[in-house]
Amino acid sequence: MLRFLLGRLVKIVLILLAITVLNFCLIHMAPGDPALVMAGEAGDADPKFLAQLRTQFGLDQPFYVQLWAYVSHVLMGDLGYSYRQQMPVSTLILQRLPATLILSITAFALSLGLGVLAGVVAAARQGRWSDSLISAVALLFYATPLFWMALMAVLLFSVQLDWLPAFGYEQAASGLHGLARAFDIARHLVLPATTLGLFFMATYVRITRASMLEVNRLDFVKTARAKGLKPSVIQRRHVLRNAILPVVTLAGLHAGQLVGGAVLIETVFAWPGIGRLMFEALQSRDYNTLLGVFVVSSALVLLFNLITDILYRIVDPRIRAS
Amino acid sequence: MSEFWKAYCRNRGAVVGLVILAVVLILSIVAPFWFPGSPWDMVQMPFLPPFQEGDAILGTDTLGRDIASGLAHGAYVSLLVGFVSTLVSLAIGIPIGAAAGYFGGWVDDILSRITEFFQVIPAFAFAIVLVAIFQPSITSIIVAIAVVSWPPVARLLRGEVMSLKHREFIEAAALSGQSGFTIIWRQILPNTISPVIVLSSMMVATAILTESALDFMGLGDPNIMSWGYIIGAGRTVLQQAWWISFFPGVAILLTVLAFNLIGEGLNDALNPRLSKRRD
Repeated sequence: MLRFLLGRLVKIVLILLAITVLNFCLIHMAPGDPALVMAGEAGDADPKFLAQLRTQFGLDQPFYVQLWAYVSHVLMGDLGYSYRQQMPVSTLILQRLPATLILSITAFALSLGLGVLAGVVAAARQGRWSDSLISAVALLFYATPLFWMALMAVLLFSVQLDWLPAFGYEQAASGLHGLARAFDIARHLVLPATTLGLFFMATYVRITRASMLEVNRLDFVKTARAKGLKPSVIQRRHVLRNAILPVVTLAGLHAGQLVGGAVLIETVFAWPGIGRLMFEALQSRDYNTLLGVFVVSSALVLLFNLITDILYRIVDPRIRAS
Repeated sequence: MSEFWKAYCRNRGAVVGLVILAVVLILSIVAPFWFPGSPWDMVQMPFLPPFQEGDAILGTDTLGRDIASGLAHGAYVSLLVGFVSTLVSLAIGIPIGAAAGYFGGWVDDILSRITEFFQVIPAFAFAIVLVAIFQPSITSIIVAIAVVSWPPVARLLRGEVMSLKHREFIEAAALSGQSGFTIIWRQILPNTISPVIVLSSMMVATAILTESALDFMGLGDPNIMSWGYIIGAGRTVLQQAWWISFFPGVAILLTVLAFNLIGEGLNDALNPRLSKRRD
């Protein structure tokens, strides 16, 4: 396990390094002056300021010197300075990170839990109307644009029914503390987390259903049935445990999509996470912040992949043995 | 062909998908004749609700532009971006996957690392960065979507090629003196075509979703009316004018659904043995 973890960590660092190099290349491939890109100005930047940026980042130096300067800065945790927000990008991102983590982890748990449950139900009732209904709903959610689903949820649950708050993370200047504040945040979390979760739930339903049906046909399930075990025990202990493996793999692969979905959901719900920060950076052409969010969200995905890999090993003892 | 058609039609959803796609295609073709003016023109008073007397059957937006006209003109953009970006990602993914699978060894190592790298980067965030840095235009959107969506193609091709390359007809071709590239092009690729077609159909669906999301974020081509743009523009006035954001979303939903359904039908028809292996 330790060797596995060590190997994965080395790989993660290498991938992050490659993403940093990619970022650097993007800045230099962008049409126009890299100093302009860094300053995030549309072309009316102060020439003195640009000259200062050029010396500061060594833009007059040879290519490899610049690359080294950029990469070493990022690896030290320095993601540059947001001239728009007058703040280091890393500080900006750290302020916003908790909100994104709360949102994406809740949405992930929700989609996995409900998705596997619905998939198991659909598989158990294969061919009946409840199976068709679950599959049809999953297909529909899978085809719905996430941001549109979010808008429609606001329209229905906030504007029409007035059940839940439509925007933000908590009530501004409410002065709430402790449990009352946590409850307030939870109320604000319901709509964003549910819409983000429903989209991914659709895939988990489909894969769980297919996987359950496939495992159901295997010999060891027949044996369990022949032994006279109760069907519910067979489904839970024999079938589900094996059928869940492709779901875990898929969940790992979906980490990137979850981050992308969070960008859209945070934009719609004004949820103050790094996704919303990305949208704000886009609006103000603040490329330093944009690229910073990109590096951090990639790191999040890698971390998430690592967690699903560990989960996989816990669920599937065969890997541990080999 | 008729057998293929019969197998396809056995999946009723797939037929529905084909009908929806046909409607969207026809809409995109007749849009310039049905709504001859520019979709950016003001035709009525702003915030006109839908299903009223007059020209704008689906209502107007904040600047009095006809939503129905925007929908019709946007159909063309969605289909164009969906198809072209999928073709470009096939053009990237097929050679990389085929080379990795056929040559193996260090070629496979390097190409698989590259594929894995692109797969691990959060796709939508990467697409946003690409379009923002290279300035929003229809070309940068297509390239960005292609760059983030080719890894599954490469992985599929690599697997297919690896399972094919030890078959007798490939060994016979190698013995007859054909070069590696000829064997890949003439012997192997034709045999991988059906899973690629199924995957492409799903990729068009994802590409349309991504394109609309980019437009929604304000990264659309500023000269082109698209479904995502209309939703984004109507977002701030959602309370007063639900219809601005509602109808384009339905259009996206139906089009994406159509491609997913068609993909399933193609899967049933082309890979009858594999048709239960869906995700």
